[in-house]
Amino acid sequence: MDFGFSLSPSSAVNLDKVDLSLYDRLAAIDPGIRTCIGCGSCSATCTASAYSGMSVRKVLLAMQRGRMQEVEKMLSNCMLCGKCTMVCPRGINTRRLILNACRLYANVEGEA
Amino acid sequence: MIDRFANSGFHPFVLPFLVGMIFVLTYCFFGMVRIIWELPGKDRRRFFLSLVTPRTAWKNVKDIFLNCLIHVKLWKRNPVLGYMHSSIAFGWFMIILLGHIEVMLFLPERIRFFYYPIFFNFFVAEGESTIQGSVLMFLMDFFLLIILSGIAMAIVKRFASLWFGMRRTTRLSFLDSVGLYSLWAIFPLRLLSESFTAHISGGSFLTVPMNRMFVWFFGNDMNYLPTWWAYSIALGIFMIVLPFTRYMHIPAEMLLIPLRNAGIRIIHPRKGFARVQVRSCPGCGVCIDACPMSVKKENLKDCTVYLNRQIRRGNEKRIAEISDKCLLCGKCTEVCQVGVPGPEMRLAQRSLRKYSINPHYSNIQVDPFIDAIPTGTRVLYFAGCMTHLTPGIKKSVLSLLDKAGASYSVMDPDGGLCCGRPMMMAGRDEQAREMIRLNTEIIRASGCNVLLLSCPICYRIFKEKYKLGNIRIVHHSVYFNELIHAGRLKVNREEALKLVYHDPCELGRGCGIYDEPREAVSAAGTLVEARQNHAESICCGGSLGSITLSYEKREGITRNSVDNLMAGSPDAIVTACPLCLSTFNKYADVPVKDLATVLDEKC
Repeated sequence: MDFGFSLSPSSAVNLDKVDLSLYDRLAAIDPGIRTCIGCGSCSATCTASAYSGMSVRKVLLAMQRGRMQEVEKMLSNCMLCGKCTMVCPRGINTRRLILNACRLYANVEGEA
Repeated sequence: MIDRFANSGFHPFVLPFLVGMIFVLTYCFFGMVRIIWELPGKDRRRFFLSLVTPRTAWKNVKDIFLNCLIHVKLWKRNPVLGYMHSSIAFGWFMIILLGHIEVMLFLPERIRFFYYPIFFNFFVAEGESTIQGSVLMFLMDFFLLIILSGIAMAIVKRFASLWFGMRRTTRLSFLDSVGLYSLWAIFPLRLLSESFTAHISGGSFLTVPMNRMFVWFFGNDMNYLPTWWAYSIALGIFMIVLPFTRYMHIPAEMLLIPLRNAGIRIIHPRKGFARVQVRSCPGCGVCIDACPMSVKKENLKDCTVYLNRQIRRGNEKRIAEISDKCLLCGKCTEVCQVGVPGPEMRLAQRSLRKYSINPHYSNIQVDPFIDAIPTGTRVLYFAGCMTHLTPGIKKSVLSLLDKAGASYSVMDPDGGLCCGRPMMMAGRDEQAREMIRLNTEIIRASGCNVLLLSCPICYRIFKEKYKLGNIRIVHHSVYFNELIHAGRLKVNREEALKLVYHDPCELGRGCGIYDEPREAVSAAGTLVEARQNHAESICCGGSLGSITLSYEKREGITRNSVDNLMAGSPDAIVTACPLCLSTFNKYADVPVKDLATVLDEKC
């Protein structure tokens, strides 16, 4: 029956149950990603954001909350153009972050 | 000439040489067959075809002679090192050649023993002296002297490389040292052994006086056998270790040159052409000083010479590290005497990487982009990602186009798709190709006949990978220079304004554009040159080529590059790349401007 509205599933994050290993592994490879201040410069400049909602800030956030489908969706349109790297005030090597995230996403073992 | 061993034509001392020679020839033959076998079928056919095409065949012979024997490229770069290398290579070649001529002239039936030309003076006794004989003997001594001078320089260089203009050189591996010392030993031993037998076989200005001296010193002439043995053993050791040392570049380069002339490119990261490239690296270490990452003595082991060494050793961890760190500026290739393409080698290694998320762009519609371009557009300007982040460049380009009265439209006024080059630099060709397909569709649908670009990163991939038919792909530095020459842009030159032009890696070494930007800069002010310029300009350090180099580590690279540009104390740094611009802006003490901005200010 269509009421014209529906209940959205709970978006609560239980940090005890979700998998945060990807973020930890990426931070182990490049500790620089921990310095993100979430300013959103990367989101504002992103070429792919119009297509997949890509934003490095949100990717980092989603990884820390275990929302991996969102990570995958956002990364799926990244063109690696490097604008996020250019504007990052913390000098985070975002291209390295993205490539490593793409590589390690499905628990593919390996060094940086 | 009389054959002293007329019955057998053999003496056991030749065995070490014979074993080494047979080993190295077999190794090289099978190595060559393997490499040709590993080439893709299309490339193999192309290679064989090039060998029978007179033009390329002649080019092969010429290049092998000039590069492998005379070392012309090295002469141009450093005459002292050039002399050192060509004296040994060409001198040795001449000795082998003259040895064969001697055998063919005097003992033609012995030519099938291939140690005869090498040890000719041991096997013959001089019956009567002829004019040909004396000329040949003179030439033998002459070239031996040349080689010995080269060897003497090599020994000095090993202990004082700075005298030869090399700040840093490679650390030798154990087998490299064995090869090196045996190579040094070969020629003095040859001189000694030929001198000991000079009263039997005859000799010339070098060997005859030495023979007299030895006879006077030792009192008899029975000492020659140990030196001939030592000479043969030194040759044998050198040839046995050769395949496992950097001296493998000697035979490998002779295969590399014809393959390169056939237009073959690296496809597989380790097999086929890549294998020849790795083997052709002489390990000289010129790339260490050239590498922009090596400032402050950092990353010394991440330059191309070490990449080649690690590939030879199969050290996967180091191969990945070295390949990911490189800025892909291409300077190592520029200074390399053999021309081993460092960036291409690294890109091939990067393409080995497996990813679990593979971006795709099938969800991106191109129609909105096509619809936004007015019909009848002649000049289509693609600003590209980097230019959008340096809007001053875009503004200047558009302003200049207006001033020149050009009919143009912008392909990505509110940001478009990426050109694909940054993705390709990460070794992800499949993704890059998809972006190329989308952009090609937009450009072809626009009906333009000139595609104008202000970013050399875009320009390079458009030039190399896009198939746009008759559409002219042009970088703004070239385009504006043409407009100035055609009189459509009137630039007021300010004599007192000193401008230095920085060659962006992708535009200069990448696409070979050096002169047009300089002409355009000269139209606005007085052009001064950096200390290292044109093909040897130093990367700004901002390159998207490096994946792992952190941004703190790049500061030293950028400062070094700025330092180099400030040699002529210019009033401003002019570049033609948005990425160089924003990188330099962080650390330069003088204003940094794009070429378009400089021209626009003076228009």
